Amino acid sequence: MFSGGLAGVGMFTVMPELLDKRLVIVTGKGGVGKSTVALAMGLAAAAQGRRTIVCEVSSQEHTSQVFHRAEVGFHEVEMADNLWAISIDPDEAMREYVLLQLRVRAMRDLLFRSRIFTYLAAATPGLRELVTIGKIWEVAQPDRRVKKGREYDLVIVDAPATGHGVAFLQTPHTFANVARVGPIKAQAEALESFIVNQRKTGVAIVALPEEMPVNETAALEHTLTEEVGVAVDRVYVNGLYPERFSKADVERLETACGNGNGGPVRAACRAALSESNRAAAQREQLARLAELTGSPVRTLPFIFKPELGVDEIRELSGELD
Amino acid sequence: MAGMAQMLEGKRVCICAGSGGVGKTTSSAAIAAGMAARGKRVAVLTIDPAKRLADSLGLPELGNEERRVDAALFEQAGIEPRGGELWAMMLDAKATFDELVRRHAPDAETRDRILSNRIYQQLSAALAGSQEYMAMEKLFELYAEDRYDLLVLDTPPSRNALDFLDAPKRLMQFIEGRALQVFIRPTGVGMKVFGRGTSMMFSVLKRVTGVEVLEDLSEFFQAFSGMVGGFQERAKRVNELLANPESCFVVVCGPQGEPITEAVYFHRQLVEAKLPFGGVIVNKVHFESELPDPGGELVDELTSALGDGDLALRVAENFADYRELAARDQRNIKRLTAEMRARLVIQVPYLDSDVHDLDGLMRINEYLFAAGAQERATIAAEAGPG
Repeated sequence: MFSGGLAGVGMFTVMPELLDKRLVIVTGKGGVGKSTVALAMGLAAAAQGRRTIVCEVSSQEHTSQVFHRAEVGFHEVEMADNLWAISIDPDEAMREYVLLQLRVRAMRDLLFRSRIFTYLAAATPGLRELVTIGKIWEVAQPDRRVKKGREYDLVIVDAPATGHGVAFLQTPHTFANVARVGPIKAQAEALESFIVNQRKTGVAIVALPEEMPVNETAALEHTLTEEVGVAVDRVYVNGLYPERFSKADVERLETACGNGNGGPVRAACRAALSESNRAAAQREQLARLAELTGSPVRTLPFIFKPELGVDEIRELSGELD
Repeated sequence: MAGMAQMLEGKRVCICAGSGGVGKTTSSAAIAAGMAARGKRVAVLTIDPAKRLADSLGLPELGNEERRVDAALFEQAGIEPRGGELWAMMLDAKATFDELVRRHAPDAETRDRILSNRIYQQLSAALAGSQEYMAMEKLFELYAEDRYDLLVLDTPPSRNALDFLDAPKRLMQFIEGRALQVFIRPTGVGMKVFGRGTSMMFSVLKRVTGVEVLEDLSEFFQAFSGMVGGFQERAKRVNELLANPESCFVVVCGPQGEPITEAVYFHRQLVEAKLPFGGVIVNKVHFESELPDPGGELVDELTSALGDGDLALRVAENFADYRELAARDQRNIKRLTAEMRARLVIQVPYLDSDVHDLDGLMRINEYLFAAGAQERATIAAEAGPG
């Protein structure tokens, strides 16, 4: 299996660039900005003329909110030129799966009406994750199974947070092992080979330049490459503070704070020192991450805006590389 | 006594809930350390698969058993624990589930059948609510053992405050449910319950899933059936514990719009479920008191104070950026406070450095355990930026 180390020299290999892949999974610890990065990536790809869809899997409806649109739900809705969004609900995905599996109407009706099926669907471990991945796979097919399904050049998945995220990606493997024969086995295997196909499927981890997120990112990368067997193409370090002040500036600011200045001058100097401390601490963590990870690390700037809207995310999409 | 100490007065269980990335693990550890520093015997449990808590307590690793945080660490941090103790553990869902099966299995054969079943092996690892269920289980076990004054539970990140209560419920419903009867006696009583369509249903299901999957499921549920009673009893007592006045739910969030909206939603859910709600902790707040309105002359004043016009401009720009964030944070917290009515809303400032050791936790505790707004502001002024 290719390790992260090889991906690290990606520019010298024939590995297609991230946005040339068919599927990109964006993952990371909770609250690091996965949805923002997934959408920024979607905007970047769409701007290059790729027909792109962003798939959300935990019904946050982030994309529709950013675009101030009605919730998209289990529909492929166009948000901007070349950019679609869908929110994959496992119950809907399950229903669709059964509909595609069973061509005979009477059989479907029997199943949907059955309480056993309802219970089974809700309680079988991992089934919700499996049908969600199945739907992502379906969306990414050039030859769609769903009637009137659009063909996309790129499918971006805003994946669940670390921990749950790894279990999510491992589901096909798990099912392929549990089911020895039969349709579930065949499909789980197809999904697994799709996920670990490094030419078609890429993974981007989003991180923050802080102690614990850096540790988790390194652990996540290890699990993804060694246990799930996917390629980690990028680590995006989000929310990096600008380095506005030099060492000489900091000395001056400290002097000014000590000189008995009061009021706003002192507050502004202290805020500047605070910024400088944070920026420096972040760079230490960034350096540590670069050391710990085998994947190419890219940074995204902290944006000093109360909330991130379409304009801000478009701005970020220019920085993705 | 105020802040968290007041909130936790007479409590034996503190459950920290919230979405991901808001500092929940750090807050849980800080609460536990703060109560230990106040002379309590405290254990903090995390179900976060990442080893963050271990990091934050200077423990090289955490396992399914509690470990005591070295008392010397408290002394180094300048705290005299006065009989208090801090213990920590990271929940291993699989190990806890295995223990549970061993305890409830009626005989050795059933036990081995369950432990070797492939559906069970997958289920007990990381999927579909088993983590949440096992966290509750461990919490209850420690509570029943009565070795600690206080248990602090760090729940896994979720979009829904009650996820960790609902996921196990889903699992229980199935195990208890009538569907189970069909698996246990596919040709007997179960068939009568569901009627004539059932055998047809199974043949349809087989087409969708494959025979083996159904057989494994059937085997799993059959093996489990002997344990249903034990599980039900246990689950009932866990639910009683959570609703008990000795328990306390704390919602942890960040000051941005989205986390605040989620905290409001969490609060509503907890209140609706009639669970004892303690208050909210808002982490990483930009305090407005530290970022006063500079008036129109700031750049000139900075230029004369710093002797550098270019630096003055950059300092002023940075200050304006910080003020914008502080204004946003205060708007959001106001919205949150209005929703909470009389409940405690504790703000912890955005500290200059990362919190990943006991010293850091104690710095947070100056806010978590502060007497009130007045005192918090004083501390903020002392410990603020720079």
